[in-house]
Amino acid sequence: MSVDSILILGVNHKTAPVEVREQLAFTSDPERPFRKLREVPGCAEFCFLSTCNRVEVIFTSPHQAETIQAIKQFLFANSSVKEKEIDNFIYLHRGAEAITHLYRVAASLDSMVVGEPQILGQLKDAYRNSADRQCTGVILNRLLHKAFSVAKRIRTETNIGGNAVSISYAAVELAKKIFGHLDGKKVLLVGAGEMAELAAEHLVNQGISEVIVANRTLERAVNLAKRFNGKAVGLAELHAQMELVDIMVSSTGASGLILLQEEVKPIMKQRKNRPLFLIDIAVPRDLDPKLNDLDNVYLYDVDDLSQVVEVNKAEREQEAQRAERIVTEETLKFLQWIEDMQLTPTIAALRRKADSIAQAELARTLSHCSSLSARDIKSIEKMAGTIINKILHDPILFLKEGHSHEDKGLKLDFARKIFGLDLELEEKEE
Amino acid sequence: MLFSLSLIGYYLSTTTYIIFFITQKKKIRSAARCLLFGAGVLHTVTIISRYFLAGHTPLTTHFDTVSFFAWSMTWAFLSFRWRYQVKNFGTFVSLVISALMTIGALSSQTIAELPPALQSAWLPVHASIAIIADGFMAMGFCSGLMYILQERELKKKRFGVFYSRLPSLDALDNLIQHCLTVGFPLLTLGIITGSFWAKQAWGAYWHWDPKETWSLITWFLYAAMLHQRFIAGWRGKRAAILAIIGFIAVLFTLWGVTFLLPGVHSYVR
Repeated sequence: MSVDSILILGVNHKTAPVEVREQLAFTSDPERPFRKLREVPGCAEFCFLSTCNRVEVIFTSPHQAETIQAIKQFLFANSSVKEKEIDNFIYLHRGAEAITHLYRVAASLDSMVVGEPQILGQLKDAYRNSADRQCTGVILNRLLHKAFSVAKRIRTETNIGGNAVSISYAAVELAKKIFGHLDGKKVLLVGAGEMAELAAEHLVNQGISEVIVANRTLERAVNLAKRFNGKAVGLAELHAQMELVDIMVSSTGASGLILLQEEVKPIMKQRKNRPLFLIDIAVPRDLDPKLNDLDNVYLYDVDDLSQVVEVNKAEREQEAQRAERIVTEETLKFLQWIEDMQLTPTIAALRRKADSIAQAELARTLSHCSSLSARDIKSIEKMAGTIINKILHDPILFLKEGHSHEDKGLKLDFARKIFGLDLELEEKEE
Repeated sequence: MLFSLSLIGYYLSTTTYIIFFITQKKKIRSAARCLLFGAGVLHTVTIISRYFLAGHTPLTTHFDTVSFFAWSMTWAFLSFRWRYQVKNFGTFVSLVISALMTIGALSSQTIAELPPALQSAWLPVHASIAIIADGFMAMGFCSGLMYILQERELKKKRFGVFYSRLPSLDALDNLIQHCLTVGFPLLTLGIITGSFWAKQAWGAYWHWDPKETWSLITWFLYAAMLHQRFIAGWRGKRAAILAIIGFIAVLFTLWGVTFLLPGVHSYVR
């Protein structure tokens, strides 16, 4: 197993604009990515991650060119992007670079809003979904678990999460620039997803007086509304509600626009031109970009919000640097593990462990027996050595037997776990 | 001499306000306010001394009018400040004050003889009320301008110098409304007192001379603006643009009419 067989291919908010990203969103059929990726030739293990800001496939593959090409085609299958242009939007990380990238994603260093807490949960969900469908194996299981613990380490050792500014934070900043203060203002959440919830939480903390939730399924709307002592309405009432609220956060999974400029024009008249702040955190977008051209309507989508946060980015840069150092350190450790996952180092580690146990036990036993002669001691030592050799004979033979690439990894992993070989490494880490 | 001193005071205050605008250090703002207050006091003394020099209310020459305009804006702003905290409003207001004072400094300071017909108690009442109204409209202009600048950055989503420095749109919108709701009744009163004075001096309440016509046009502009605001909800950008247009009308009534359309008011030069 070589490090270079770990790859990450994807797009994020840095490499592709929202117009491209939204074409890659996989909302209609959650099973499709798993079905399709399973068919990709040479893709041994994979984990599929899709969030507002990124779509990534983390995978291992021995024959790469073909696999990479197939995954590219899978990602852009439903998009209008031409095959020649695909490379302009994607990134491909390999080996150590891939590990670093994944750690940075998990620790929210690669997020649009550095330090925002959602991504770790999203990555965990993505991993669980892939693992439940047996799409991950020895390498990715270990890598993803490591990524989670690295993220946790960074969160506790640096202040990057303490400063956790998220999209909703940016939204609050803007709302204050429009409304002055948020006391007594009303917010309408369209779509009852996690993002909407988080945004609402931030807004309520700033003094929003009423939360109204509009959702396709009323049941979910009721549940979310309950959390904020608000009320729930159906999507049919959207226009009527828009006459009453000041801020609207839209995050539905709809595949097209749910609100057009022509629809809002008469609403603004009804509102007597009171300012309306529209936040579109959905990918694909929910709200007509032309809405921003209306007087007293302020429309911000995910990309726009990032610019607001840019303003206080400098303060977090120092913490981010410390976090980057942790990422580098942890990447090196993982590389070490991968290297150890080969046959020879595993056998050596196995012998080393058995030898050290034998030596320790011998020393302990012999210290009690002062009456033994030098010859006796030698015999006992020899016996211990033979026991080790005989016990290890079959496991080593089992490891050495020729098998397919994947089985070998599984066997090595299994052996290392049974004999606790990686525990040594972990202890050194602590 | 006194005038030059207050002019220097205003310049210093404006410079300090600009430095504050760039650095956003609170100490500098306090210094700018003190300077503005000092200049305002000096300016008050200047106007009082002009009163004794002329023997009547010094509001009949162009120099005096502009000087009084700047004076009323200064005090309108300073009295405002106790009630409203609007971030960086001072920078914009002090710039306009300095501009007015510069225009004053460039015009002739000779004291004109007042025709006997105009020697009346209505002179101080009418002229001062009308010009104080202009002072509030000038502040409305400043807040309208600030609104447009802030609105532009919020709409374009490019956050430059103004986004962090200017207050919220809501605060600016309120400020525009406040300036107009104080300025408009004063403007109305200015026109009414003017017509009383006209009756006394020339025997008729209304002459349709260019100054009167244009102040009526200005009055209708502001009246329409306020009406639309309360009835049709014309607020935000539209209100800000109207506040700017209204102020241009004010300036035209003040200068444009005097220099381009001579009439009975033409002694105000």
